[in-house]
Amino acid sequence: MKKIQILGTGCPKCRKLTELAEKAADELGIAYELIKVTELDEIMRFGVMMTPGLAVDGEVKAAGRIPDVEEIKKMIA
Amino acid sequence: MAECCGGGNRLVYACSGGADVGEIADRVARKLVKTGFARPSCLAGVGGHVPGFVASATGDVVNIVIDGCSVACALKTLEQVGADMTHFVLTDMGLKKGRTPVEDAVIDRIAETIRIKSSGRVEESPASTHDGCACGGC
Repeated sequence: MKKIQILGTGCPKCRKLTELAEKAADELGIAYELIKVTELDEIMRFGVMMTPGLAVDGEVKAAGRIPDVEEIKKMIA
Repeated sequence: MAECCGGGNRLVYACSGGADVGEIADRVARKLVKTGFARPSCLAGVGGHVPGFVASATGDVVNIVIDGCSVACALKTLEQVGADMTHFVLTDMGLKKGRTPVEDAVIDRIAETIRIKSSGRVEESPASTHDGCACGGC
């Protein structure tokens, strides 16, 4: 099962990324667990200095921007 | 923790080299963070290819990169990951390597110059310094 982590404290951009990540994972038809990482200290431990961030299985794939669904699919596939 | 962010999307990096101008670069970067003009990042994180730092540098951000001298180590580090940046070299701004006192007046003057030259590339709301999120403005 893929672990998809959304790094952000809950602002609109973070929520948008959550929505797109769910859509991407659903369209891929994969089993996944979506986790919202909202604590700033934990976000910083990923090295993410600008949210929102997206990590897959613990590895940061994007930060400071909102990738589109197709790009997210490539990140989590 | 605040519900949301309110900041700009500038990240600042300094070479933080061993010479006086490297120290000034570091202190100028910290001043830009303390005054809310930019958010801090970490050149070592980028150089070490730590995924979070690389992703942050290549996101939808304005990277302000401050090198003490024309060797431009910080610039070269950011270039390795393909990051766009606004670049400043302190010796091109009138400082003399090995002959510049590391003092507040110098740091304040350089920080103000960088602030003015970097303004206008993003919305003018200052980067947030609260404990909220670190997004580029939402």
